[in-house]
Amino acid sequence: MTTDSKGRYSSGSHSSWLNRAYKHHLFWPLALWLALLLFNLFYSPSFFKIVVREGHLYGSLIDILNFGAPLMIVAVGMTTVIATRGIDLSVGSVVAIAGALACQMISKGSDQSAVSLVLYAVVMALVLSLVLGLWNGLLVSITGIQPIIATLILMVAGRGIAQLITDGQIITVSSTPYQYIGAGSLAGLPFSIFLVALVFAISALLTRRTALGLYIESVGCNPEASRLAGIRAKTVMIIVYMFCGLCAGVAGLILSGNVASADGNNAGLWIELDAILAVVIGGTSLTGGRFYLTGTIVGALMIQTLTTTIYSVGVRPEVTLVVKAVVVLAVCLIQSESFRKAIISRWRTRRYPAEREVTRHA
Amino acid sequence: MLKRQHLPVAATIALFVLMFMMGSFRYTGFFSLQVLFNLLIDNAFLLIVAIGMTFVIVSGGIDLSVGSMVALTTMMSAALLQQGGWPAWAVIPFVLAVGALFGAAMGALIHYFKIQPFIVTLAGMFLARGLCYVISINTITINNGFYTDMAQTKIRFGDNFVSPSVIIALVVLALAIYIAHYTRFGRTTYAIGGSEQSALLMGLPVARTKIMVYMFSGFCSALGGVVFTFYMLSGYGLHAVGLELDAIAAAVIGGTLLTGGVGYVFGTFAGVMIYGVIQTLIVFQGTLSSWWTRIIIGVLLFAFIVLQRLFTMRSDRKTGSVEKMA
Amino acid sequence: MAQQSVAEPILKLTGIHKRFPGVRALSGVDFRLFPGEVHALMGENGAGKSTLIKVLTGVYSIDDGTVEMEGKRLVVHSPQEAQAAGISTVYQEVNLCPNLSVAENIYIGREPRRLGRIQWKEMNRRAEKLLEERLHLRVDVTLPLSEYPVAIQQLVAIARAIDIQARVLILDEPTSSLDRGEVARLFEVVRKLRGEGMAILFVTHFIDQVYEVSDRITILRGGELIGEYKASELPRLELVSRMIGKELTMLEELPKTAGQMRASDNQAAIVEASGLGRKGAIEPFNLSIGRGEVIGLAGLLGSGRTELARLLYGADRADQGKLHIEGAGKNGVHSPRGAIDAGLAFCPENRKTEGIIEDLTVRENIVVALQATRGWFKTISRKRQNEIADEYIKMLNIHPPNPEQLVKNLSGGNQQKVILGRWLLTQPKLLILDEPTRGIDIGAKAEIQRLVLTLSREEGMSVLYVSSELEEVLRVSDRIAVLRDRVKVEEIGKSEMDEQRIMKAIAGGEGA
Repeated sequence: MTTDSKGRYSSGSHSSWLNRAYKHHLFWPLALWLALLLFNLFYSPSFFKIVVREGHLYGSLIDILNFGAPLMIVAVGMTTVIATRGIDLSVGSVVAIAGALACQMISKGSDQSAVSLVLYAVVMALVLSLVLGLWNGLLVSITGIQPIIATLILMVAGRGIAQLITDGQIITVSSTPYQYIGAGSLAGLPFSIFLVALVFAISALLTRRTALGLYIESVGCNPEASRLAGIRAKTVMIIVYMFCGLCAGVAGLILSGNVASADGNNAGLWIELDAILAVVIGGTSLTGGRFYLTGTIVGALMIQTLTTTIYSVGVRPEVTLVVKAVVVLAVCLIQSESFRKAIISRWRTRRYPAEREVTRHA
Repeated sequence: MLKRQHLPVAATIALFVLMFMMGSFRYTGFFSLQVLFNLLIDNAFLLIVAIGMTFVIVSGGIDLSVGSMVALTTMMSAALLQQGGWPAWAVIPFVLAVGALFGAAMGALIHYFKIQPFIVTLAGMFLARGLCYVISINTITINNGFYTDMAQTKIRFGDNFVSPSVIIALVVLALAIYIAHYTRFGRTTYAIGGSEQSALLMGLPVARTKIMVYMFSGFCSALGGVVFTFYMLSGYGLHAVGLELDAIAAAVIGGTLLTGGVGYVFGTFAGVMIYGVIQTLIVFQGTLSSWWTRIIIGVLLFAFIVLQRLFTMRSDRKTGSVEKMA
Repeated sequence: MAQQSVAEPILKLTGIHKRFPGVRALSGVDFRLFPGEVHALMGENGAGKSTLIKVLTGVYSIDDGTVEMEGKRLVVHSPQEAQAAGISTVYQEVNLCPNLSVAENIYIGREPRRLGRIQWKEMNRRAEKLLEERLHLRVDVTLPLSEYPVAIQQLVAIARAIDIQARVLILDEPTSSLDRGEVARLFEVVRKLRGEGMAILFVTHFIDQVYEVSDRITILRGGELIGEYKASELPRLELVSRMIGKELTMLEELPKTAGQMRASDNQAAIVEASGLGRKGAIEPFNLSIGRGEVIGLAGLLGSGRTELARLLYGADRADQGKLHIEGAGKNGVHSPRGAIDAGLAFCPENRKTEGIIEDLTVRENIVVALQATRGWFKTISRKRQNEIADEYIKMLNIHPPNPEQLVKNLSGGNQQKVILGRWLLTQPKLLILDEPTRGIDIGAKAEIQRLVLTLSREEGMSVLYVSSELEEVLRVSDRIAVLRDRVKVEEIGKSEMDEQRIMKAIAGGEGA
């Protein structure tokens, strides 16, 4: 940072390593996650134990990665949508619909374990997820409806659609290839983890190696200015909603494959809320602009760790929700500048409420 | 006095009348006052909750915790009545106070720490539902005399009847309309929804009003929960799952803009009535499962949102103002 | 010019200090405001005018110094308290609630009530009376404020201030979005209020307006007080030179260079619009722009200048007519993207909402348009981006010269330069500038005008220059197109260009 003769525009000379780390967007999420893991270490030392059995790895950490996979994937898709100043409340419904369609198609086949059938069902489910994402994207970009409302429509109607597909039943399948998606193993680790890695890699490549990341952040910060600068804002928005839908579809297949069935009512229930939470914890702001994929992964891991911690510590699982609530609030409070300032200079900011509101540079 | 601003509400009311007429033509026994009254009886709790939600949305925020608050209210009531032996006249004020305080706490967090309402009320939703489970995983049935009386009492109008809950709901409706249009608190709520920055600079009591709005929503959720308890006579953690969506849908269909500053309490009433009439139509139809309600509400939501969008687009072009996004 | 009949100031600020992290916004500023006078507060961007206002209105706290009102110490902690003390402000972006009715905006927080119930009829009646009697304004007070244009909204804001029995009225850049007629009406109101004893603090960039209506002028520069002067005793040139602290040679030089005729004027048009129009925005017009020409667009606010510029660029779609751009395909231009590909560039009027991408860095803001032309996959390498950023920061004198600085932290003038850099990078054939120097201090204004002339003379870049400041348009243009009421009425060539001629064209003929 440079300073002129009057000492203006200097952001201080303390650019020490520690200070920079503190300001890094991943600092708080990682710190909190670490705190949670350490808590586990104290309480149940076997938490970090990983055993190898029949060439497969087992342990609480593996569980976290495995069970958290659907959330991580949905959250990655959600990150790009939130970055464009949007939101996708319908991912839960898409999760249900994807699983429902796949199971329905497999159950109708003569040989449920036929790889070609499973492949076909999976592809169809993903195509449908893309189409649903396209629906959301078109609503938001072409008709200009607010994302929260536009995706609310599919959220409300989506479960009904899932029920339509399954005819109101819970469909069970017994198909080895299909179950592999959710419960299989590859190189000793659960297959779902590789899917997470794949989705993450694709999204990272797409957003950082191409100009798409810049476009997303630009559109999220100021859609009109981006349009005038030549960015096809509408296209960008449609793409992120489609990507989010696709991620939801993949997550839906994992979840459904894991239990070899499809439940239109309960599959992916409230996953959109967990996903939004993961994104926010990871540092991406709900108002759009800069986004952090790694942050989201950390956020999702944290949420999953929380659930696993509660289970392994022996607390009643009913408490999960309460603890989640407290953690969410704690993270948001820490991230809230007002809270930090209030701790430091308590009385001043309380007496000049408008000072924080109206700090735009003249 | 049919101004352009009133068009969305008028459309909603017209739609309701249309649907009711449709049902009357198709199904015998539909066109009766009792059917209309049943609509109110079955959705009294939704009306109360949606009214609270309307105020929050008009102020520019949102409250995702209402469904969980309803459930928590039922659970707390059941536990206090059945296990604690509390009398009804102590339980009801208590749960109402808890709802109000809960709402006020969320409002304070939202305003003073500048955390988005979506996130804070989401946490509230988790917290409330979590507390439900902490109290009890299973259902607790209520057999307190007052509650069973309230559940069974019929207030007669000739051959037809309504439940006491309906009276409560209509009283809340009347009060809410008065508050929204004839009190400073109500007008300040609209002002904040229109432009919080302006409201602040105009010297309006923004902090106090915002917290009170969420307190009001919490109170309505609790009151809705009390009415729901009369209806279900049990406390259960899985009550009212997704109720917040229904409340939001009712408000939007009733003409409330999710961007804030615009909305009529009466419109929300019409929205709830439409919700009820769709349910009734499906019941009368007989063969469709109840999850069709969801789809139809979704379609309606879509139609109304597009309508609202066209409406605001035209007024924006007039003054050349720039659109806000979510 | 009002007489100063009162000896004591109603508002007295002494030794005000205000600091922000890394910035000293006000250092030891004194200020006096007397009742029954209009006192102009002037200074370039970053001089501290806004900060001073915010201190007075309870938005900011003071680090040091005293504020006295009518001789007594005044400390306000919020806009509410400032209002209660009798200080009312009308901001540049009218800070009222667009969804509420006119009457409500005036009375909200103080609505007439009986037993707690708001009396709407009474409120509407009072509002009508207030607007008509004090401001000579007759409107339907029951309609939402958003139904009215900015000029009316401002008058409503003033009405609110008056009704609260304000004794000090602060007008913060009130005329930026008003046309001449609306400004005249506003000043009428201001003079009337002054006559009634109101103390008025007037912040503005427009020098004409300062002399038209103020009695006294205070100049700030770099957070410090330069001086307090009587308007009648301070010549314009001196005012400006004290504001920027430099000699005015750079401004005086410009007219000379612009007046020179250039040899190669007869070139084929690079942009030719024939019968191009858009319903409700601008009537069909013809315009041809040659290589290296600077075409000025003059006219009142609302005459269609911005609309014309946006049509040329493709920001809005035309209903009729043809637009030929040299080098573009036969189908012409239908979107900003197409326009950029064809060699056009557009600096929009409203830089905050349509120009800067505030959460992104200076570097990102500069490269974004060029990147957009290259599509997704051909990214500009980070190394190259850094080079570009450094180059343009230097060329345009952007301050602070840090490419990773977030654009939202820059002052208005520097933000404008960043946007300019963005477009220059695309090396356009035609650069369209819509009010490029609005809200910018004199120093930066001169820089930008000089840049425009250099680009057209030396690089052969054509420029379409839209501005409401006539002198500016005269100074830079080779040819001026005049718009009136959404119709292009005339083109005025070099030989005829002078202020009178243009104003006549803008005003129109007898009874036109």
